[in-house]
Amino acid sequence: MVIEGTSDNFEAEVLKSDKPVLVDFSATWCPPCQAMHPIVEEIANDYKVVAVDIDDQDTLAEEYEVSGIPCFVVFKDGAEVDRRVGMQPKKRLIKMLEK
Amino acid sequence: MYDIAIVGAGPAGLTAAIYAARANKSVVVFEALTCGGQIINTSHIDNYPVAPHITGLDFSRTLQKQAEDLGVKIEYDEITHITPSDDTFTLTSEDDEYKAHSVIVATGTKPRKLNLANEDELVGRGVSYCATCDGGFYKGKAVAVNGGGNSALHEALYLSDICEKVYLVHRRDEFRADAALVDKVKAKDNIELVLNANIAKLNGEKHLESIETDNGHTINVEGLFVSIGRIPNAAGLVDGLNLVDDYVDSGEDCATNIPGIFVAGDVRTKELRQLVTATSDGAIAATAAINFLHK
Repeated sequence: MVIEGTSDNFEAEVLKSDKPVLVDFSATWCPPCQAMHPIVEEIANDYKVVAVDIDDQDTLAEEYEVSGIPCFVVFKDGAEVDRRVGMQPKKRLIKMLEK
Repeated sequence: MYDIAIVGAGPAGLTAAIYAARANKSVVVFEALTCGGQIINTSHIDNYPVAPHITGLDFSRTLQKQAEDLGVKIEYDEITHITPSDDTFTLTSEDDEYKAHSVIVATGTKPRKLNLANEDELVGRGVSYCATCDGGFYKGKAVAVNGGGNSALHEALYLSDICEKVYLVHRRDEFRADAALVDKVKAKDNIELVLNANIAKLNGEKHLESIETDNGHTINVEGLFVSIGRIPNAAGLVDGLNLVDDYVDSGEDCATNIPGIFVAGDVRTKELRQLVTATSDGAIAATAAINFLHK
């Protein structure tokens, strides 16, 4: 299941997570983001995935300097370890999580 | 082993899959990213018969569902090489290998890059290839669009409604785009034309700050939308496959120089690259592949 990320739960769900987390920064008006959703949902069956709507959560988007979407960021032990902007192959997202 | 392997799940590939599945062939479609291809970025399609004003995303989702309901398998894997041997083709990805009796190449095209030193680092930090995707980040700001074709002018117009200022940088003093579109662009107060200019340098560390042209202008912009044409996804895919200007060489029959390999959609040499010609290619290529299997 994809968890909806907000300023309120970001610390608990992402930064303090004991597992690696894939954060999907996206927007409803961005077609590639929408096209990626079914794939992101599939990944969420096996990994922890948090989706952040950059319009609802503009402070998070600013804090993490997101200025191109979809933007996929992997966090481990509270720190950003990898980031890719634009549509990504499913396997690459999984490799980012497993690296 | 599949009867027909299709590489690329855009309109051409998925239409080919529908025809192949309806002929009771076992068919798989390989997709590196997501179903739909380039059309997902089109906000509304107004030139495809019977479906006026459908969004690119709805078009793609409906097409994908239509194919899957017919039993088409979509495999999210990037095919990097196709090797012909006897009456079988081997399709290779980074981790896997697949076999099929025939192949339809429907890999489409990708945006052409400027090939500047720090371009890749600035993607998502000011540099973009899609105004409908990233334009929203530049509300009230100054941006540049690079290119002179229909796509570039569409991007400039789209951005002119969001941004304070749009510089349209083009290497010639005339536009390749349709006259009506050029008139619209010229009528916009906040679009400034920068002609006879190529972008030579991107300035900015963490985020784009300005661009420099080869005729001495420095323009302060936070966003640059590159729209200088597209590159077919065919180079190096199949050994011995004839290409013309990197497109797969084929006529309207969608056959290639290698028996058993067919080509459909924007990656094929053709006059008109449109949704309707892509789906048409899909039907022709699938029918040709089915006939090839029956020989």
